[in-house]
Amino acid sequence: MADKIATREAYGNALAEIGALNKDVVVLDADLAEATKTITFKKKFPDRFFDCGIAENNMMGVAAGLATTGKIPFASTFAMFAAGRSFDQVRNSIGYPHLNVKIGATHAGITVGEDGATHQCNEDIGLMRTIPGMVIINPSDAIEARCAVEAAVKYVGPVYMRFGRLAVSVINDKPEYKFEIGKGIRMAEGSDVTIVATGIMVEQALIAREMLLAEGISAAVINIHTIKPIDKEILISSAQQTGAIVTTEEHNIIGGLGSAVCETLAGVCPVPVVRHGIEDEFGKSGPAKELLEHYKLNAAGICEKVKLALSMKM
Amino acid sequence: MDNKIIELKKIATEIRLGAVEAVYSAKSGHPGGALSSADILACLYFSELNVNPAMPDDPNRDRFILSKGHSCPGLYATLALKGYFDRKELKSFRHTGALLQGHPDMKAIRGVDMSAGSLGQGFSAGCGMALSAKISEKDYRTYVLIGDGESQEGQIWEAIMFASHYKLDNLCLIIDNNGLQIDGKVSDVMNTMPYESKLEAFGWNVITIDGNNIEEILSALAKAKECKGKPTAIVAKTIKGKGVSFMEDQAGWHGKAPNEEQYTQAVSELNEYKNGLN
Repeated sequence: MADKIATREAYGNALAEIGALNKDVVVLDADLAEATKTITFKKKFPDRFFDCGIAENNMMGVAAGLATTGKIPFASTFAMFAAGRSFDQVRNSIGYPHLNVKIGATHAGITVGEDGATHQCNEDIGLMRTIPGMVIINPSDAIEARCAVEAAVKYVGPVYMRFGRLAVSVINDKPEYKFEIGKGIRMAEGSDVTIVATGIMVEQALIAREMLLAEGISAAVINIHTIKPIDKEILISSAQQTGAIVTTEEHNIIGGLGSAVCETLAGVCPVPVVRHGIEDEFGKSGPAKELLEHYKLNAAGICEKVKLALSMKM
Repeated sequence: MDNKIIELKKIATEIRLGAVEAVYSAKSGHPGGALSSADILACLYFSELNVNPAMPDDPNRDRFILSKGHSCPGLYATLALKGYFDRKELKSFRHTGALLQGHPDMKAIRGVDMSAGSLGQGFSAGCGMALSAKISEKDYRTYVLIGDGESQEGQIWEAIMFASHYKLDNLCLIIDNNGLQIDGKVSDVMNTMPYESKLEAFGWNVITIDGNNIEEILSALAKAKECKGKPTAIVAKTIKGKGVSFMEDQAGWHGKAPNEEQYTQAVSELNEYKNGLN
């Protein structure tokens, strides 16, 4: 397994690589280029990098305007400001006219760490999911983050990409790995329960699967990197096969992957679904790894939820 | 009087007639700001802008954004006059299933360069269009019309900073300074004036004009083009509801439709003015 790398790092690297191939790619940032890693692009293509200053709302509008002229703008800032502060701009200036703007939202979730609740966005997936036509991608590692950027450039329309600050393991370095917008990935087979994971929780789901196996529980693991449009087929078929679902995400259990999975299965295949994530509360300061333990956003936390789901199976 | 000026005055009056008809047909909408900005739209679309209704997506066309999207009855009347769509569409403005939405929708309506309506946003998109021209070394210009009430939005000042910082001299901001907003006088609700010293402090070239005077509008647009190295703002002092006596300078006509009697009177006043032009 390769060294740990943050998905934001992969985002910056991908922009710089793809920027060399596609001259329409333009990158905007709001005084966070060092943190969002768009600085990697800025160093290579200073003429196509525009700092908008600490004015995210204007940045989203500028991105919209650029997109109307055929540019492929990547507007970058923290998830809190991209989805939170600029929700109206993203909805009305980007979503409503379905413009080809790519939003690179970094520092999502509680793994922002020490900066605390004001900067830990656990609501962005929920917010973005309510905008018609918005594609939402939450990569699980650096490989998937790179693929997401590549796919976003090819896709015509608005895309919200969610990246993290914390260095995480590379889990997709396999020859058979294939990324396609809207297609979930079956990471492991199982018969008793399905763990549906997104982002950095995919690795934890795989670890949880091993822990459960030792107790005689067979869990399938699905990686939902694209939360919208969600892969209904893979969710329904796995729900039918295993009869119980646990969703896990570094996000509020309201509005995110858990909600999306419930909405997908309700009325079609209503098996027990237990949602694992931030339990509708604000984050707090602390080192990212300690916070993951504090909020039980780890394999042990997933195992607990799996047992709850199994107890609910008919 | 110069034939061109007479012609533009007639066009501005046609825009006013179309706007009033649209709002009357919808039984809702925003006549006040549409009437105050009709002379500006006439000058832009029938003198200044390099646009061709047969090629609404021409990448080299000039752009116009109505950031104060609620004034769209005026824009729709202008686009219809210019030939982007049939004038009869004005009659179904705001109707269910109709083409002409309550605020501009660029996806559906030919000739609309940006969807707008949530105030403060269209101007930023205009900055993006102007920036794109700079990146690609294209000659097109971008014009944005905002309201004076709209300039209370913080995003407007973000965009003012941005345009100046990136020296967007291909961008022209026009402020429809009619002095009124929903809750009353702009100066009473939340004063935004003086624009001149504020915009100059932000690094802009500023021209103040009578925004209901065709000659002054044309002259300001020409001066804006000549200014290099910084963006130009035209502070257009206008009268809200201009051209319809009972709507003039009345905040109450910001977002209200005339009844049948009022509509008949408005049309009669506008036609009388138009017929007197020569």
